[in-house]
Amino acid sequence: MATMHVEVVSPERVLFSGEAVQVITRTLGGGEIAFLPGHAPFLGALNENHTRIFMADGSVVNVAVHGGFVQVNANRVSILSDLAEVSNEIDRDRARRAKETAELSLQREHNAEVATALLRAHARLNATGGMVGTSAGAH
Amino acid sequence: MAGGQERILRGRIRSVQATKKITRAMELIAASRIVKAQQRVSAAVPYSEQITEVVKDLAAAGAASQSPLLAGRDEVRTTAYVVVSADRGLCGGYNAGVQRATEGEIKADVLAGKDYRVVAVGRKADGYFKFRGYRIANSFSGFSDNPTYAIAKEIGQYVIGLFLSGEVDRIELVYTRFISPGSQEVVRRPLVPLERATVEDKPATPPADFEFEPDPTAILDTLLPRYVEARIYAALLNAAASEHAFRQRAMKSATDNAEELIKNLSRIMNRARQDSITTEIMEIVSGAEALSGGSKTVRFIDADPMNDDLTSAGAVAN
Repeated sequence: MATMHVEVVSPERVLFSGEAVQVITRTLGGGEIAFLPGHAPFLGALNENHTRIFMADGSVVNVAVHGGFVQVNANRVSILSDLAEVSNEIDRDRARRAKETAELSLQREHNAEVATALLRAHARLNATGGMVGTSAGAH
Repeated sequence: MAGGQERILRGRIRSVQATKKITRAMELIAASRIVKAQQRVSAAVPYSEQITEVVKDLAAAGAASQSPLLAGRDEVRTTAYVVVSADRGLCGGYNAGVQRATEGEIKADVLAGKDYRVVAVGRKADGYFKFRGYRIANSFSGFSDNPTYAIAKEIGQYVIGLFLSGEVDRIELVYTRFISPGSQEVVRRPLVPLERATVEDKPATPPADFEFEPDPTAILDTLLPRYVEARIYAALLNAAASEHAFRQRAMKSATDNAEELIKNLSRIMNRARQDSITTEIMEIVSGAEALSGGSKTVRFIDADPMNDDLTSAGAVAN
C-alpha cells in the first residue's frame, strides 16, 4: 500500500513522525480535509481540531491540534503547530474539567479567552475519544 | 605571633576549600545542562526550518501580503532592542557581553538623534538598564535557563503590539548565539519588520503548484506572527545554551583559581609553621646554653706587651 511521510512538529520538538496512509485535519474556513498518498501540493492554515493519522498497520494516531499550518508536498505531510498534543499525552480528566469550567463561565458572559479554552478542551477530548459524536471546532 | 598567623591561614584555606566545592558543583551542573540545552536547540530546528519553507512557498506563490510586519517604515525614529540576558550572575562575561553590545547601539542611536526602547529579557539586563536610567518598555524574567515556547509567544505578542501601535519603528534582537560549547558570540538580528530577503528568497526546491486554503495572503498574515515567535524562541534557546556554557567556563576557572590559592596559602602556612618551630628551637637551645653557661671562659689572646706591632693577628682579633 502506498504510504506518505507524516510529521507533527511543534516549536519545541517533533511530536510525531511516521509513515501513514491517510491524514484528516481541518482547515480555517474550509472544513475537514483528508490527504492520501500522492496528494497535490497543499498549504493551509488550521483551526482547533482533532487530527487523525491513519497508519499503514491500521492503527490511528489521534492528535489535538490547536491551530497551525499544514504543508503537503512531495508525498510529505507536515503539520506545524504552536500547540499540539498526541492523544496518549493528554490528561483526559483535566480536559473534561477544563471543558466544564469553560462552559459554566461562558453561560455567564462571553469571553474570547474562555471560548478558546473550550475549543481546546473539545479538541483534546475528541482526540482521546472522550466526546464521541460531538464535533470539535465547529465554531 | 607566628602561631597566630598560622591559625589565620588555616582558616582561610578552609574557607577557600568550601568555595571550591561550591564552584566545582556549579561547574558540573552547568556542564550537564549544556547538553540538554543543546538538544533543545536542535529539537527546535525542524519547526523553524519548515515554517521558513512555508513562508518561502507562499511568497513564491505570489502572496501579496500587506502585513505591516513586512513593510518597513520610511523613517525609523525609534528602535526597540530585545536584550536576552540571564537571570543570575556567576557566568563570566555573559551578561556584560549583551549589555555592552546593546548600550553601544543605543549610544549610536542617540548620537544620530533617534529614540530607543529596551525590552529586557532576564533579570540581569533589567537591573542593568534600569539602574542606568535607560528607557525600558517592558521586562520579562524568571526563565532564562529554561525558556519555553509560551514565553517566546508572550514576548513576540508584546513586541508585535509595540510595533503595530507605532511606538517603535524597528525591533532588533540582541542575544548570544551558541556555536559550540567552546564558542559563543553576541549577535544583533533585525526582527521586525521581517526582511524581504528572507521572505522572498526562492525556495531550494522548484516551487510546486500549491493549492491554498484559505488564500495565500490570509495564510501568510496568520503565519508571520508565528514566524516572529519562532525566531524569538530560537534566540532564547541559543541564549540559554550560551549561558550554561559561560557559567561552566567561569566556574571552571574559579575552581582552578581556588586550587591555586589553596596551594599558595598552604605554602605560606607551612613556612610560617617552620619559622615558628625554628624560632622555638633557637630559644630552647640558647636558653639551655645560658643555663649551663658557667663552664665557658673568656679567652684572652696572649700578646707581647712590648710589641707595638698591632697588625699581628692576635692583636686584631682582640
